[in-house]
Amino acid sequence: MAVIRDIMPAFQLFQPSSIADAQKLLEQHGEDAWVMAGGLDSFDWLKDRIRKPKALVDLSGVEELRGVRTTADGIEIGAMTTLTEVVHHPVVKEKYGLLAQAAELVASPQIRNQGTLGGNVSQDARCWYYRAGWPCYRAGGNICYADTPVGRNREHAILHAERCVAVNPSDSAPALIALDAKFVIRTPKGERVVDAEDYFLGPDIDITQMNILQPGYLLTAIRIPSTWAGARFYFEKVRDRNVWDFPLLNVASAMMLSGDTIQNIRIAVNGAAARPLRLKAVEDSVRGKQRNAATGEMAGKLAVQGAVPLQFNAYKIPLMRNLVKRSISGVQEAAWAS
Amino acid sequence: MGIIEWATSPLGQSVPIHIAWFLIWVALIAGMLFLVVHAIYIRYFAKEKEFVADASPKVAAQLPARIPRHSLAARLFHWIMAASMFVLLFTAFLPKVGVRFDWVTYHWIAGTVLTISIIFHIIHASFYLDFWSIWPDRADVEDAWKRFQRFRGESSALPRKFAKYPLENKLYHGAIIVTGMSVILTGVFMMSRVRTIFFPRNPYLFSDMTWGLMYVLHGLAGVGLITLVVVHVYFAIRPEKLPITASMIVGTMSREFYLKEHDPNRWVVEASPNVPRSMADGD
Repeated sequence: MAVIRDIMPAFQLFQPSSIADAQKLLEQHGEDAWVMAGGLDSFDWLKDRIRKPKALVDLSGVEELRGVRTTADGIEIGAMTTLTEVVHHPVVKEKYGLLAQAAELVASPQIRNQGTLGGNVSQDARCWYYRAGWPCYRAGGNICYADTPVGRNREHAILHAERCVAVNPSDSAPALIALDAKFVIRTPKGERVVDAEDYFLGPDIDITQMNILQPGYLLTAIRIPSTWAGARFYFEKVRDRNVWDFPLLNVASAMMLSGDTIQNIRIAVNGAAARPLRLKAVEDSVRGKQRNAATGEMAGKLAVQGAVPLQFNAYKIPLMRNLVKRSISGVQEAAWAS
Repeated sequence: MGIIEWATSPLGQSVPIHIAWFLIWVALIAGMLFLVVHAIYIRYFAKEKEFVADASPKVAAQLPARIPRHSLAARLFHWIMAASMFVLLFTAFLPKVGVRFDWVTYHWIAGTVLTISIIFHIIHASFYLDFWSIWPDRADVEDAWKRFQRFRGESSALPRKFAKYPLENKLYHGAIIVTGMSVILTGVFMMSRVRTIFFPRNPYLFSDMTWGLMYVLHGLAGVGLITLVVVHVYFAIRPEKLPITASMIVGTMSREFYLKEHDPNRWVVEASPNVPRSMADGD
């Protein structure tokens, strides 16, 4: 296991005060630069001395990256907006309560005060073999220590595992996918806006990265269109310790109803794969159907099709099935099934 | 900058994990450099090929208009192997140079196809083809030496024409055997580390060091194949080699090309059935 030394390796510290300056620094230092938002993920890596960047770009002084702004078509949340600000923002609470719920379930109040929305969606995998600095696939090596008969993989992936079985630990990510959010990224070639679900990468596409950010890229904001404002939302997170933990699984859904009929829906889960998964097949299958226990049951079964459990995480399959069921039919209507 | 990437195993042991990926570019540049140098040499410096006289007009007259060179099975093997090789190279190295796609599944499927085709080829070549025709023999070495002496301007007897395969062809085949068998043997074991339909995953089949060396060998042979494939494609499209390339498609080459490059005594071709028996016997 890695030894936490609490003394970080030496690096050049840059504290830009504008997006332009930050981007210039990132382009200048390329692969040698480490972008730090709230620092909650970064300090783990740095204090464990597993990551040793030559330059650290601390975004905490970039005011442009903070705050929730109302736009003509929804809201724009700066990437450095803290999770606490997101949770308590009146517009977020009123119209996009799904995100407020998700953000409120991230870690602990102290962490939410420091952690940012951009950091939460961009955080690295929490697989302990990887975090311990072992030379696994995700670290550029040639093995997955978790996906072995004796590997400790209770928290790992049941879907879309491709060599690496780590999962994405973000709580806000599935909520943003369900809200059809767009991620605004500054690149050396200009601004790029991508759908939330396209921001994340699985190991099949790039085993060493969890998102599309490349050297010189900077996530500046997250835009949430008004399309789903005020829809019927559901967010549920299951974790080992309710006071403070990463999700074993979470689910987020945004639903538009006409009476009891599901007119439109977006649903996403996280903790099941290396990237948050939008469940398109489930959405298609329940659209136009009655919102009831039977529809939820069917959706739950569909959601876990293709799931492959590891040695110690088979429980995730009924868990995901039930969470998806509840996200559609609600807690009252849906009974748990093992 | 080393050619091997190292990491520290959970047991604190320094182990190789794979080759340094800049070798992809080294291999590609080496292949391109070879073809540029060779093209310049052929264009400006190479002399007309000269061989010792061999076939008499009588023998030549006995030959069919089209000389059979590659059987249908051999051609099918070649093109299946070529297709799988390209898939393997692209799926192996494009992700390393920044092209992101789901490559692993395509890679092991192509590797399986290559492995099966190679097994077929070994059996086919051993029992149904002239096995030794692709291996260098004493005459090849002697003639190569004569050609080298003449290249240097020294006096030497003329070399004989080639057997079925020129020495360069045989050496290339040898290089492909070494690199191909390296990637296949290591690749088969490496498949036990990913999810395939063949066997349960077992990443602890070997020690970290053995696995690391296996990945390094796989990588070195892989980048070697980049150079070899570039060189192979280059020769395949060179104008003077086109009859050989065409024969890998249609199976035959013209009698004229055969007589120009090949020695009927070293690559014996059955006489045309239309030729009278007495002539066929060389009487």
